[in-house]
Amino acid sequence: MIKLDSKIPEGPLAEKWTNYRASQKLVNPANKKKQDIILVGTGLAGSAAASSLGELGYNVKVFCFQDTPRRAHSVAAQGGINAAKNYKNDGDSVYRLFYDMIKGGDYRSREANVYRAAEVSNATIDQLTAQGVPFAREYGGTLDNRSFGGVQVSRTFYAKGQTGQQCLLGAYSGLLRQIGKGTVTMYSRREMLELVVIDGKARGIITRNLVTGELEKHSGHAVILATGGYGTIYYLSTLAVNSNGSAAWAAYKKGAFFGNPSFVQIHPSSIPVLNEYQSKLTLMSESLRNDGRVWVPKKKGDKRPANDIPEEERDYYLERRYPAYGNLVPRDVGSRAAKERCDAGYGVGDTGLSVNLDFKDAIAKQGKKAIEDKYGNLFEMYEKITGINPYEEPMRIYPSGHYTMGGLWVDYELMTTIPGLFAIGESNFSDHGANRLGASSLMQCAGDGYFVIPNTIGNFMSGEIRTSKISTDAPEFEKAEKDVTEKIKKLFAVNGKQTVTSFHKRLGKIMWDNSGMSRNEEGLKKALKLIDELKEEFWKDVKVPGTNDEINQELEKAGRVADYFGLAKLIVTDGLNRGESCGAHFREESQTETGEAKRDDANYSYVSVWEYKGDEQEPKLRKEDLNYEFVEVKERDYK
Amino acid sequence: MNKMLRYSSLTKKYVMALAGFFLMIFLLIHLGINLFIIPFTENHQDIFRDGVHFMTTNPLIKAMEIFLFGGFLIHILIGIILQIRNWMARPIRYAKANNSQGSFFSKYMIYTGAVILIFLIIHLGNFYFVKLGLTEAPEGMTRVADDHDFYSMAINLFSNKIYSGIYIVLFILLGFHLNHAFQSAFQSLGLSHSKYTPFIKAVGDFYSIVVPLGFILIPLYFIIYY
Amino acid sequence: MNIKLKIWRQKNAKAKGKFVNYSLDNVSPEMSFLEMLDALNNKLIIEGDEPVAFEHDCREGICGCCSLYINGTPHGPGEKTTTCELHMRSFKDGQTIVVEPWRSKAFPVMKDLIVDRNAFDKIIAAGGFISIDAGSSQDSNAVLVRKEKADEAFISASCIGCGACVAACKNASAMLFVSAKVSQFALLPQGKVEAVERVQAMVAKMDELGFGNCTNTYACEAVCPKGISVTNIARMNREFLYAKIS
Repeated sequence: MIKLDSKIPEGPLAEKWTNYRASQKLVNPANKKKQDIILVGTGLAGSAAASSLGELGYNVKVFCFQDTPRRAHSVAAQGGINAAKNYKNDGDSVYRLFYDMIKGGDYRSREANVYRAAEVSNATIDQLTAQGVPFAREYGGTLDNRSFGGVQVSRTFYAKGQTGQQCLLGAYSGLLRQIGKGTVTMYSRREMLELVVIDGKARGIITRNLVTGELEKHSGHAVILATGGYGTIYYLSTLAVNSNGSAAWAAYKKGAFFGNPSFVQIHPSSIPVLNEYQSKLTLMSESLRNDGRVWVPKKKGDKRPANDIPEEERDYYLERRYPAYGNLVPRDVGSRAAKERCDAGYGVGDTGLSVNLDFKDAIAKQGKKAIEDKYGNLFEMYEKITGINPYEEPMRIYPSGHYTMGGLWVDYELMTTIPGLFAIGESNFSDHGANRLGASSLMQCAGDGYFVIPNTIGNFMSGEIRTSKISTDAPEFEKAEKDVTEKIKKLFAVNGKQTVTSFHKRLGKIMWDNSGMSRNEEGLKKALKLIDELKEEFWKDVKVPGTNDEINQELEKAGRVADYFGLAKLIVTDGLNRGESCGAHFREESQTETGEAKRDDANYSYVSVWEYKGDEQEPKLRKEDLNYEFVEVKERDYK
Repeated sequence: MNKMLRYSSLTKKYVMALAGFFLMIFLLIHLGINLFIIPFTENHQDIFRDGVHFMTTNPLIKAMEIFLFGGFLIHILIGIILQIRNWMARPIRYAKANNSQGSFFSKYMIYTGAVILIFLIIHLGNFYFVKLGLTEAPEGMTRVADDHDFYSMAINLFSNKIYSGIYIVLFILLGFHLNHAFQSAFQSLGLSHSKYTPFIKAVGDFYSIVVPLGFILIPLYFIIYY
Repeated sequence: MNIKLKIWRQKNAKAKGKFVNYSLDNVSPEMSFLEMLDALNNKLIIEGDEPVAFEHDCREGICGCCSLYINGTPHGPGEKTTTCELHMRSFKDGQTIVVEPWRSKAFPVMKDLIVDRNAFDKIIAAGGFISIDAGSSQDSNAVLVRKEKADEAFISASCIGCGACVAACKNASAMLFVSAKVSQFALLPQGKVEAVERVQAMVAKMDELGFGNCTNTYACEAVCPKGISVTNIARMNREFLYAKIS
């Protein structure tokens, strides 16, 4: 039986990472050249890891399903990236960043990992800056900062509303440099469909060449997943439409445990659903809440245009409910507050499912130019999609599925429960607890890629210096390939009448209605049943056109949706198990009289870790107890 | 030739631009002399002939002539090489022609250039080759001393209305060519600046209108007064 | 509204393609162009036909996947817009829309409207980076950068690598793409160290891959969804000239 060992190093919090690095095993440069590492996913975490591991001298094979690594969805992160530089002299420190993250995560994350994430954040900013990422600057030439939700300091570095793009392109350029040098080999337009485990260790993957349909076997001494989150399980989300959870799901089925799958962040500000054809919800960065004020009319069902509603008839409900943090409350709080107002009948827009985000006061105070400088591209984007000019009228926003705090369970070294299989960035569960604070996702991804995994992978790789090249002729590879072939055949064989997308939409609706912003036992139980029914219908009536040996986007989608049925059930099962409200996970049964989330530390202060037991079997729950040694666990209060 | 093909695309562009600049200066001098065909001063004929005399006998100018021909040759040759490469870069054309905005005249540089080249050959046949003695001077021309009587030749040619008409159309096309060429040469050489580029563009517009117009004035004068 | 579509269909890279006409009813003006194509594909799948293959991912104008040449313009009508940000309200009821893939020797068609833009990666790999290994950087504020330069570098850096510039250029030139990257690094002190090598390597790679030359037509600038200016091209010309003569 696999034991859950989080391998947290000894010593005081601030010395753990130093102690770890001082004592972990290393691989000498000559041996690194003989070791192959497979890395799946080229977002910020993947690209940063690939280039860093390439720099160290490992042979790295990198895979992405897009045509080029630069398209990964890190590109869409808008607002910024945190670091504890304290350039603003406003009382920031590594500890403060760590503490904000622990608190923001509602005391459901692992102290040591979070502290390390905060610790490497400064080096990450330096690395990105050195790579030519054009962060915003002050007139004096130094880097500028802004503030983000859930914190009281300004520690967010940004490049207009395109910080993710700029960070990713920085990491991408580093990756391409290594590709040019030959230390990293790039395999684009490849989708990982199976993990190969030999003698208990992750030794390779099966990929489908998305151009020829050919299944390819790739071997390595270790496999790193940097495959992002599974937010598209809601169908409509802020994610790229091709983002998916299949790689993590494959790993889970091969024995990697899944941590906190139900912790899904619903971002408070995205452009609301406008019509039934909608394929995507566009994020409007949290940074907008630095200057934008959120409000709804005080009168129920007030259908007047926003600008016609006088000041005294507006309810700035965030400022009213949370005077200390105001519009900058954390995302889970902001989302729920918006839902509460809309459910109560105060929502605006045709559907009544949106709230106003108003820049009138900011424009009056700072001038249009200043606002344009900060958010110009976001305003443009909003106008393009909605046809409404946000300089004149308030934006209309509504929460939508955004980020998954849950993911593959990893230890301090970011290794999953399968030796040799690592998970970095959003694909792991480790740093954000039950709720992620804004601008900490880029921070974690870049930190994991540049500074954590290059240091921690050595410990495993040092045990592999005597392992020769892994042969792809091993029976495990054959078996894995055969399994994938069969799954593909099965998908074509259904030959039903409904499109893959129609199933995805229905799955998304089940998840949004029952396992979204607010959850209850009845709904969750209903969801389990609905998912099973939908899954059965899928395998009886889905239509996958075309053939396997060509570019077949429907086949790609079908495989991803097929995997989502399982993952959806896991999310719901986890949500059902966690009877408390914490962070983004809001159980209606567990709330205060004023409707705030009520955490239950006595019964749920653990990471729920799920083990796959078979498609038809219930997964097995294990608990990683969260013992807070260094922070006092308190009620999370933004009032 | 082979070596020229191997130069980077940017180097070819620099040469193209520099040769173009040189040709534009030449054009200006050429215009300066030509204008004296029109009798706006009493001794315009003498000035014209002096000018021609100077241009055809001065050793420095003679040396420059080599550069000038080199300039033409390089400009034309590289222009063709670049164009062929550009056509090759899109082996399958669009069904729907590109309607993207951009510099209008730049799309026709190779065509305006080709027409100018044809004229250039005729022009050389009419004047320069006569000077070299490669072709016979047309009948009925007087010779003044040893100088080739370009003045009479010009009058002779411009009295032909069809020639004048072609000449006018051609210089309009040259104007199109120059309109893009002027600012394009600056851009190719990297001489771009948010403050000064609008000024350069304005000068380019001015040059591309005034210079061809100057040339056109001469046949116009003949059409009107003869 | 009803939309008539004339779409390029091509089985694979080797197959000969052709235009196929489609008619689509119930198009809502609120749909994005890609959502309209989703609706078409939905119809095709249900009718037993093969859906149209096109690239898309983020659907919010930042990933650079979408690459459709719509009625003679890359990314269709509208300034600074990617195809995914284009909405059907930009078209008229009953209008015929011709959809083609990017056309360029360096971007071969793979299927239907999907082209291979790997050439861009090759250019970046040739020199579009700052050589700095993780761990060797100094404090970010140790080097001051004038705000104006940083902002300018940001605009150059905001290129999404979609290839609309190549698609629009009558010469299928990649100058805007290459120059944006050269500019970004040329504007920042961090990038100056390798400037001479970078511009030469990137231009050489660009030439090698079969892109055309720049004839300063500026169609690239007009279609760039991120509004990247041709002043970047001038800057690259300057950088390259300096590199050659220094």
